[in-house]
Amino acid sequence: MKDVKIYTENLSVFFDYIQALNNVSIQIKANRVTSIIGPSGCGKTSFLRTLNRMNDLMHGFKMKGEVKIDGVDIYDDNIDVVNLRKLVGMVFQKSNLFPKSVYENLIFAPKLNNIKDKNKLDEIVERSCTQASIWDEIKDRLNDNALNLSAGQQQRLCIARALSVNPDVLLMDEPASALDPISTSRIEELIFELKKDYTILVVTHNMQQAARISDFTAFFYLGQLVEFEKTTKIFTNPSNKQTEDYITGRFG
Amino acid sequence: MDTQSPYAKKISKRFRAKEKLIKYFFFLNGFVTVLLILLIFLFLLKESFAGYTDFNLSEYFFTEKTLADGSTEKIFEWFPTSEDQRLSIVPLILGTLLTAIPATIISTMLGVFVGIYLSEIAGSRLREILKPIIELFAGIPTVVLGFFMLVVGATYFQDVFFTTSRLNAILAAVGLSFIIIPIIATLTEEALRSIPLELRMASYSLGATKWQTISRVIIPTAVSGISAGIILGFGRAVGETMIVLMASGNAAELTLDVFRSVRTMTATIAAELGEVSAGSQHYFALFFIGTVLFIGTFLLNLIAELIINKMRKKIRF
Ligand SMILES: Nc1ncnc2c1ncn2[C@@H]1O[C@H](COP(=O)(O)OP(=O)(O)OP(=O)(O)O)[C@@H](O)[C@H]1O
Ligand SMILES: [Mg+2]
Repeated sequence: MKDVKIYTENLSVFFDYIQALNNVSIQIKANRVTSIIGPSGCGKTSFLRTLNRMNDLMHGFKMKGEVKIDGVDIYDDNIDVVNLRKLVGMVFQKSNLFPKSVYENLIFAPKLNNIKDKNKLDEIVERSCTQASIWDEIKDRLNDNALNLSAGQQQRLCIARALSVNPDVLLMDEPASALDPISTSRIEELIFELKKDYTILVVTHNMQQAARISDFTAFFYLGQLVEFEKTTKIFTNPSNKQTEDYITGRFG
Repeated sequence: MDTQSPYAKKISKRFRAKEKLIKYFFFLNGFVTVLLILLIFLFLLKESFAGYTDFNLSEYFFTEKTLADGSTEKIFEWFPTSEDQRLSIVPLILGTLLTAIPATIISTMLGVFVGIYLSEIAGSRLREILKPIIELFAGIPTVVLGFFMLVVGATYFQDVFFTTSRLNAILAAVGLSFIIIPIIATLTEEALRSIPLELRMASYSLGATKWQTISRVIIPTAVSGISAGIILGFGRAVGETMIVLMASGNAAELTLDVFRSVRTMTATIAAELGEVSAGSQHYFALFFIGTVLFIGTFLLNLIAELIINKMRKKIRF
């Protein structure tokens, strides 16, 4: 149990009367990459957002069950949610850069942590951009409005911004959906690099990608966790018929 | 060629006529509105400059008086009915600014906070109760507000500030604030609420607190919308008539002291146009004031509109 980072027990999530997750119990291992797959609307994003309590901002959100990170119940009344979100970083499905310069986007989080030294900030900017494989493209455009970048550049900048705080857990909601094959493989390499220090959850609709990057794969369907296994097992010998149909593209 | 390609389908004449009709209908509506405004403006312009041929236009701003020692002095006075007629708009412009600027400052301080409170702090249920109440203020007949300031406000004011003039610019400014605060508050609230949830989520997900999110993301992004609200509020304060007519004291003094009586452009027109003899120089001067007001408020509204447009482009979600 020591290597379990995230643990949920009978987790159910509701938005008003819509049930987005239904009794999800899962144990996600530390320093591993876990892929979340499943058809659109099955609750992948809702699951990620429960882990950094982003759902708290959604209208009509209610949850039942237990969510623990490092054994700590993150839905305890006394938990410092701001601190939690610094530890659990997130890259959103749709890029959501601030309408500010590239540089300001990247130093937003460090400044929240009271880092003021210009050299230190520059260092963080270069480090996180290099990790997100966007430094070469962006280093001469740090003062441009971030919203003028292309969709793929914006997506990588969002990844860089999430890395600027050195989180402990990284939630990535389709981080490569707008990327060309080269950037995609760079992001995949990045994920591979990062798992030394981070626990990573990646939502993806790309089965090959899930197979390439992840150690574990969770298949969600209609809000339920249908199967959770080692990636090699799930892609070669799934125990559930629905999983097999989904992975092989025979989903009806 | 008998077989027709499905792509070859032609638009029917009726359809095209209908499209055109709809287009012209809307064009006509817009056109008539613009035309009316333009005609009003032309009328104002024509009346303000239709004065006597020997009238020097500079007299709308100052009159030159020859002193005993032979030197001349510029006099900025509004004495339309005296023998020695003076028609300077300058004290009236000062009067307008002396009421509108303090009113805008007071209303900005309160209105922006109310807007932030409504949008970011009050829950949706509380907002649904508070918003109509605040909007109700903007709907109070201004004559009632003016009356209130004149009868109740003025007495309290004099007791507190020991002002020399019972009715004065700042008293009128406070009265104006009752209608400007709701304008600024609602426009601030709308500007803040137009900021997409995605941006807020970006901020929270990076570990920002609610206050950091409000001060570092939401307000900077909405700042142009908020300033547009302030400019529109200022425009309304400049154009407002009844409150200033009743509470400002109406003395056309050349002063910068907000505790003295002032006379605004709007109050001058309202008070004097009914009694002036049509075609007199005084009559034309009132139209000139109208033209200045028209251009001033038009420009303020235009600037606000441009700023709002810029903000829409900036968010781009
Ligand atoms: N804020 C919300 N308010 C109401 N319903 C929501 C909200 N967020 C998600 N839902 C509902 O919860 C269910 C799961 O949504 P979720 O976004 O988690 O799906 P997803 O697996 O991420 O889908 P996709 O692959 O299309 O991104 C859907 O039925 C959705 O309509
Ligand atoms: Mg999703």
